[in-house]
Amino acid sequence: MTDVIATPAPVEHRVDHELRSAVLRPVLETPRWWWPSILVLGAVVVLGIIAWIFQLAHGLGSAGYNNGAFWGIYESNLVAFIGVSYGGAVVSAILRLTHQGWRAPLTRIAEATALVTLPIGMIFIIPHLGNPGKIWELIWLPYWNLSSPILWDFFAVSTYLMATIVFFYLPLVPDAQVVLTQLDAEAPSTRVRVRQTLYRVLVGRFGGTPTERRRLNGSIGLLAIMIIPMAVSVHSVLSFAFASSSRPGYMETIFPVYFVVAALYSGVALVVLSVAAVRKLYHLESYISSRHFVRLGFLMIAFGAAYLYLTFTEYLIDGYSNTAGPAAWVYQIIAGRYWVPFWFYFVAGGLVPILIMAIKPLRTMTGVTVASVLVVLSLWVKRLVIVIPPATEPIVRAATKGSGAVSGLWGTFHFTWVPISITVAATAAIPLLLLIVFRFVPALSVTEMEEVAAESSHQGGRP
Amino acid sequence: MSETTSEMASAAGTTTPVTIQRRSVLRAAALGGIGLGVLGAVGGTVALAAEPSSTTSSGPTKQWCMVIDLRMCNGCQLCTVACQTAHFLHEDQTWMKVYTMTNAAGEEYPMPRPCMQCEDPACVPVCPVGANFRTPEGLVLVDQSKCIGTRICMNACPYEARYFNWGAPEPAPKQPFAQSPEWPVPQVQGTVGKCIDCAAMLPTGQIPECATHCAMGVIYFGDLTSDTAVNGQGQTIKISSFLADNNGMVFKEEYGTHPRVYYIPGHGQDLVSDHDAAS
Repeated sequence: MTDVIATPAPVEHRVDHELRSAVLRPVLETPRWWWPSILVLGAVVVLGIIAWIFQLAHGLGSAGYNNGAFWGIYESNLVAFIGVSYGGAVVSAILRLTHQGWRAPLTRIAEATALVTLPIGMIFIIPHLGNPGKIWELIWLPYWNLSSPILWDFFAVSTYLMATIVFFYLPLVPDAQVVLTQLDAEAPSTRVRVRQTLYRVLVGRFGGTPTERRRLNGSIGLLAIMIIPMAVSVHSVLSFAFASSSRPGYMETIFPVYFVVAALYSGVALVVLSVAAVRKLYHLESYISSRHFVRLGFLMIAFGAAYLYLTFTEYLIDGYSNTAGPAAWVYQIIAGRYWVPFWFYFVAGGLVPILIMAIKPLRTMTGVTVASVLVVLSLWVKRLVIVIPPATEPIVRAATKGSGAVSGLWGTFHFTWVPISITVAATAAIPLLLLIVFRFVPALSVTEMEEVAAESSHQGGRP
Repeated sequence: MSETTSEMASAAGTTTPVTIQRRSVLRAAALGGIGLGVLGAVGGTVALAAEPSSTTSSGPTKQWCMVIDLRMCNGCQLCTVACQTAHFLHEDQTWMKVYTMTNAAGEEYPMPRPCMQCEDPACVPVCPVGANFRTPEGLVLVDQSKCIGTRICMNACPYEARYFNWGAPEPAPKQPFAQSPEWPVPQVQGTVGKCIDCAAMLPTGQIPECATHCAMGVIYFGDLTSDTAVNGQGQTIKISSFLADNNGMVFKEEYGTHPRVYYIPGHGQDLVSDHDAAS
C-alpha cells in the first residue's frame, strides 16, 4: 500500500546548507518589517470585530439584509473564503500524487494558505447567523436535524479542517526537527527555550531515520489522496444549501460541480499571490522562479476555462428555457440589474487570465500575478452574483409570463459599512495569520526540497 | 388548467394522495448518512428527532385549514393590519400579505397569502437545528428558542411566507398567552417568524385575526375533520362541497407541498406558478 503512494525508496539525504540558512533566517530572527505589518493588519482585523459587535447589538438589518434579500455578502464570503483554501489541496496534494518535482518549494506556502483561509471562511458562519449565541446547537447532538444541508455543511467543513491541519503538520515534522537542531546550537535564553519546547512538541518522537521518513512520506501520500474527495465534498455540500430549494437560480443541478471548480480556480490564484508575496518578503528568489508561476498559471486557467464553460452552460440553459422564474433571473444577471458584476467576472476572471497565459510575452511572473489578483477578486464578485440575485428575486408572481415580476419587486441587498468592514478584516487576516505562521514555520519545505533534489540527481533529471 | 382545477376540487376535501415526496428522499439520504457508521451508534435517536411530528394513533381532534374566497377580496389589506396589530409585527413583516397578481388578460387582482401550513412543508427539513415543526393539528410552527437564524427556511419556502427579525422586534405589552411557538409575541431578534394561524387562540374557539377582521368575509377558517369552516361574518361552509362547487384549488400545487390553504378562484385568474406559465 505504501509503495503505491509513497515517493520512491529514499536515496541518501543530502543537507543543502545554503537553502537551510536562507529559509531558517526569518524563523530564527524577527524580520524588521514583521511587527509593523502585524500591527497594521491586526488593527484592520480589530475594526472588523468592532463592526461585528455593532451588528450583534443592532441585528442583521445593520448588515444590509432585509426581507427582500435574506442572504447576501456573508453567505458569498463563506463560499469564497472556504473556496480559496482549495489551493492547498490542489497544489500540494495533486502535484504530490503526480510526482511533480517542481512543487517542492510551493507546498508549504500552499498548505499554510489553506490552513489560514479555511478557518477564516468558517468564521463567516458566525456573522451569517441571526442568533450566533446558539451556535452550540450545531455541535450538540440532540439538536441535529440530519435532513438539513446546513448541518452537513458543518460536518463536511469541520472534517476538512481537521484534514487540512494534519496535512499541514505532517510535512512540517522533519522541518521542525531541522529548526530544533539549529536552536540547540544557539546560546540558551528564555526565548530559545520556549521555542525549543514548541518544536520538541511538533517533532514528537520523530528521529529522522530512513524508515521513519519513508513512513512519514507514506502517511502524507495517503492523506493527499484522502484530502481531495474531502475538498470536493465540502463545496458540493456547501452548494446543496443553495441548490436544495425550489428557488430559481439556486435550484441548479450544476451547482456542486460549479462550486468545486470555482473553489479550485480561486484557490490556485490565491496560492500564486501567497507565493509571490512570500518570495519577495523572505528573499527566496533563487528557489522560486518564473517557471513556477507559469506552471501554476496554466493550472489556474485550466480550472478557469472549466468554470467559464459551466457558467455558460448554466445561463444558456436557464435562459433558453424561457420559463418565467429562471429566465427572469438570467436576464437580470446578464442584462439587468446585476450586469456590472457579472461582466466584470466574465472579463476579469474569465477572459483576461486566459489571454494572459495564451500570449507569450505576457506569460511572466508579473503576468501570472496580475491574472491571479483578477481571479481572486472577480471570483469573489461572482459569488455575490451567485448568492444575491436568487435571494432577492420575487418568487410569488402572476401566472402569465408577460407580466414577469408583477407582484413582488426585486429586493436589494445593501452593502453597509458593517459587512464591508468584516470582509476587509477577513481579507487582512489572511496575510496576518500567514506572517504569524511563517514566523514559526519555515516558508519552504526544506526537507522535501532536499529529498526531491536528491531524487532527481539520483535519476539524473532536473527537479 | 381546467383539468388541474377539477382535480384539485375533488382532492381538496380529503387528504391529497402523495406519489413522490421530496422530503422522504431527504429523509432516506439522512438515514443513509447514518449508515456510514461514524454516527451509527447515535443515529437512531437523531433520526427520530428529525422526523416531523405526525398524527398520533389516538388522533388529534382537529385538522386546521383555511379557505380564501378570492371572488370576494377587494384588496383592502385589513387582514394584514389585523395580523400585525395582534402579533406586534414590523410593517415589513407581512405574515398575512396581500399580493397584487395579474391574470392572463392583464387584469390585476388581490390575493391574500398567509402561511400555507403545508402538509409536506419545504421549510421543516432544511433547518439544521430542527426549529421548525408541524403539530398534530397540521400547523407548521417555529420554535424561536431553538432558531439560530440561518434563514435557509426562507430560501426553501416557495410562498415567501417567512419573515426575519433583522433588528429589535416591535415591543409588546403583556399578552393573553405565554410566549411560545403557538404565540410568538413579541418576536425575537435574529430569528425567523411567520403566520401561525393564531395557534394559541384556536383552542379558545376563536378564529385567526385575519379572518375575524375581514369585512368581505373572504377568509374562512376551519377543520378538515369536521369539514366545516367559518368566516368573520359568521358564514359557515361545508369545506368539501364548497371547494368542489367553486373550483377550489391550492397555490403552486406543483411544488408538492400540499398546502392547507385553499383558494376559490375569481377574477378569471390562473393560479399555476411561473414554471408552468411559459406556454
